[in-house]
Amino acid sequence: MANLASEFVGIKSPNPFWLASAPPTDKEYNVRRAFEAGWGGVVWKTLGSEGPPVVNVSGPRYGAIFGADRRLLGLNNIELITDRPLQQNLREIKTVKRDYPDRAMVVSLMVPCEEEAWKAILPVVEETGADGIELNFGCPHGMAERGMGSAVGQVPEYIEMVTRWCKQNTRMPVIVKLTPNITNVVYPAEAAKRGGADAVSLINTINSITSVDLDAMSPEPMIDGKGTHGGYCGPAVKPIALNMVAEIARHAETAGMPISGIGGVTTWRDAAEFMALGAGNVQVCTAVMTYGFRIVEEMIAGLSNWMDEKGYASVDEVVGRAVPNVTDWQFLNLNYVTKAEIDQEACIKCGRCYAACEDTSHQAILMKEGRVFEVDDSECVACNLCVNVCPVEGCITMRELSKGETDERTGEPVSDYGNWTEHPNNPGASCAAE
Amino acid sequence: MQNSQRTPGVVPGRLDDATYRSNFDDLHPPLDAHEARVAADRCYFCHDAPCMDACPTAIDIPMFIRQIQSGDPDNAARTIFEQNILGGMCARVCPTETLCEEVCVRQTAEAKPVEIGQLQRYATDQLMAKEGHPFQRAEPTGRRIAVVGAGPAGLACAHRLALKGHSAVIYDARKKAGGLNEFGIAAYKAPNNFAEAEVQWLLGLGGIEIRYGEKLGEGLLLEELQDEYDAVFLGMGLAGVNALRTEGEEHAHVRDAVEFIADLRQATDLSTLPVGRDVVVIGGGMTAVDAAIQSKLLGAENVTMVYRRGRDRLSASTFEQELATAKGVKIVLNAQPVAFNSEDGETVSSVTFAYTEDGATGFKLSEETFTVKADQVFKAIGQSLKGVPGVLETTGGKIVVDAAGRSSISGVWAGGDCASGGDDLTVTAVANGRDAAEDIHAMLTGAAG
Ligand SMILES: Cc1cc2nc3c(=O)[nH]c(=O)nc-3n(C[C@H](O)[C@H](O)[C@H](O)COP(=O)(O)OP(=O)(O)OC[C@H]3O[C@@H](n4cnc5c(N)ncnc54)[C@H](O)[C@@H]3O)c2cc1C
Ligand SMILES: Cc1cc2nc3c(=O)[nH]c(=O)nc-3n(C[C@H](O)[C@H](O)[C@H](O)COP(=O)(O)O)c2cc1C
Ligand code: SF4
Ligand code: SF4
Ligand code: SF4
Repeated sequence: MANLASEFVGIKSPNPFWLASAPPTDKEYNVRRAFEAGWGGVVWKTLGSEGPPVVNVSGPRYGAIFGADRRLLGLNNIELITDRPLQQNLREIKTVKRDYPDRAMVVSLMVPCEEEAWKAILPVVEETGADGIELNFGCPHGMAERGMGSAVGQVPEYIEMVTRWCKQNTRMPVIVKLTPNITNVVYPAEAAKRGGADAVSLINTINSITSVDLDAMSPEPMIDGKGTHGGYCGPAVKPIALNMVAEIARHAETAGMPISGIGGVTTWRDAAEFMALGAGNVQVCTAVMTYGFRIVEEMIAGLSNWMDEKGYASVDEVVGRAVPNVTDWQFLNLNYVTKAEIDQEACIKCGRCYAACEDTSHQAILMKEGRVFEVDDSECVACNLCVNVCPVEGCITMRELSKGETDERTGEPVSDYGNWTEHPNNPGASCAAE
Repeated sequence: MQNSQRTPGVVPGRLDDATYRSNFDDLHPPLDAHEARVAADRCYFCHDAPCMDACPTAIDIPMFIRQIQSGDPDNAARTIFEQNILGGMCARVCPTETLCEEVCVRQTAEAKPVEIGQLQRYATDQLMAKEGHPFQRAEPTGRRIAVVGAGPAGLACAHRLALKGHSAVIYDARKKAGGLNEFGIAAYKAPNNFAEAEVQWLLGLGGIEIRYGEKLGEGLLLEELQDEYDAVFLGMGLAGVNALRTEGEEHAHVRDAVEFIADLRQATDLSTLPVGRDVVVIGGGMTAVDAAIQSKLLGAENVTMVYRRGRDRLSASTFEQELATAKGVKIVLNAQPVAFNSEDGETVSSVTFAYTEDGATGFKLSEETFTVKADQVFKAIGQSLKGVPGVLETTGGKIVVDAAGRSSISGVWAGGDCASGGDDLTVTAVANGRDAAEDIHAMLTGAAG
């Protein structure tokens, strides 16, 4: 059995599956049950400063996007940080950590952008015995309007400044949680690093309106006839999160900085993908809000089984393994040629590949007598659209042309590696002869 | 009345009310909104969809399913009705397993087709429950067309003609419209008077008049119709029944299955309908299966359906056969009745059958016989053309028509069960009626020769 034990910025947990800061981690009752179910750690629901807690709406706070059979694909929320008193949260954090010393207990924080505010909260959190803190620079609604959350996360200078204050005022590891609501995630990540952050975690939720009530003419969730943008999360955001994680992992200034991967993690495979792209562990929110805590059993068993199959003895061997293969478009091999190939045995003759290629792509699929669909190699540009729209997995595959074989579309033989930087059509190509 | 399934003879009230109700309730309960969404999600929106080719009325199946999927069942229903105005009934009675669903690519892929019939019902039910009729007639043309028969063929023809602005006058021998939808289809396929409601809804378009108790060949003459109208469409179905000509056929309680089914369909209280304790049905088609199943559902203790040929020749679909078996009907193959016996000389008491051989040397009876107890016998060996004017050319007992429904006589069209080339299904009758109407319209407006 592969060893799933994880150590992230010095924080130990029996597995790399943590619960993200959100309702599942908002109180002792939930967190105890999560630990009983097997979760390796939690990031406690974001705490604010001492004083009267924030107030949430009392109408619906979630909106959703569904796939077939009402499978939840994307969730949107307009919830704020914890609406329970600070002292109560701190007490609960302390007792839970005492009872589950082997689990990671990280506390998420969001206080006003003043050093005094941070100086006030850090010692009281430290006193609970928590393993670390996560700075919530991500929340895109409600808190941002008060100059916190993503209002800080969108300004690299603020990130750096607040991170530095924290590093100066606590011995606990500092994880900076990044907002995806920016142009390039590398800048806030660099700022966190400059401020001395031990790690970054990402992504927080994405600004969104999930749907519009066409009778009331209001965004949903609708509160008394009005709606506001909320934060999007769940399976739908995973591709965005994966890219952001990868960008930080491969960017020269931030490479090597520990990353906690968040965003749409639903199964062990999602977790493995985040880790391959450089995440040291993962955090989960929507998946548990949809299915409950027990899904961690599937995640633990699945990850460990896959690692055994691949011969990875520990989590560290997986982390970042795919990063060297994440490159820029300009370095992709333009002389790599494939052609779509249809397995006639597996084909159920739905014609979707034909409609897609004929109507919207390269007219490279022929529809023959008896609904037989065949690829015309002289037109196929290998775009993969047919593969993606075919309802039968594995029915259409991409055959790689071997070196020297003629590409019927161009009439040219397949040649050695060559990319855009040296391509004759590239005006800025570096020409060896010059 | 305190009868039970074991009461001898042909008696009513063998079951309690609740059992009658559940026995004759919807065979397939309708999908609810979520089930419909899930079922619709399974459709791949095929290019040049095979299911559409397999539908005799060529409904744009992928499009209507997509409309359900997008939460727009009203337009889904419009898509259906544009091709098939009796899409509601067809959704209930089409043998989808041998039509659209048989060729659905998901049948090919995983032996589990998209539930096209059920989705069609979901959409059509929704729209039909709404006030009004979904279509509007074109400007009146002043043209008048006579339609004989208010069955699916006649109704589809009249509706399409009325839609084009023509006036249609339907003549039907019966006192009620609908044809076999009203008098033939198994009760559990279209409960709650659906057939009647559907006709009323269809007439909501306007421009269609029905004259009841008018029988072609008995008082009503084709020449008169030809004189009075711009065109004539014959959709009179098969009003006759084939004779068996077996010894003892005259005994009481030996009757035609179609008659029994018509009585059943018209009964307001099923518990007043008498049925035998031991019922024998002779035949292998849809009528035989329906008579057998419904006898069982009415409380008969034993129902045996006997067909003279092998399973490969049974015209009832596999689904129908399985349904019969599941309801407790015993199916005996390769046997033909040789005598209806009677103990008291009046009412039937048993049937003697001979096994048949259907080999290379042709079809013949074997020496071996057996006898089945029977206090009621239903004959379902086929219907035949009746009341058709002799001037019309026929073939194999059907009016000869071309692809557009034109008969051998100019100005006279025919379609549905009475015409050649169909499959004796509701949906083909609808297609024939609709296509004939299009051809009549083209003729009347000078668009066709
Ligand atoms: C018992 C039974 C069960 C069936 N089950 C199914 C099923 O489950 N699914 C399916 O698709 N099909 C089924 N069918 C077949 C289907 O009902 C017919 O194919 C369809 O009704 C044919 O329509 P039609 O309009 O041609 O004729 P019909 O429905 O027979 O209508 C003919 C009309 O013409 C009238 N008429 C007849 N003669 C005259 C005359 N001389 N003058 C004036 N009017 C006249 C009749 O009164 C009737 O109203 C079944 C048939 C039977 C008998
Ligand atoms: C209802 C809800 C409340 C959330 N509250 C917080 C919060 O208080 N602090 C925080 O850092 N992130 C919060 N998040 C964001 C999640 O921690 C997580 O970053 C995001 O949901 C993406 O992960 P997922 O796709 O697994 O849900 C919240 C998310 C949801 C759905
Ligand atoms: S890969 Fe693209 S171009 Fe080639 S056949 Fe498929 S859809 Fe057409
Ligand atoms: S999409 Fe796939 S299954 Fe459908 S016709 Fe094309 S190859 Fe066959
Ligand atoms: S064949 Fe099946 S999957 Fe394809 S369009 Fe028809 S119903 Fe949909």
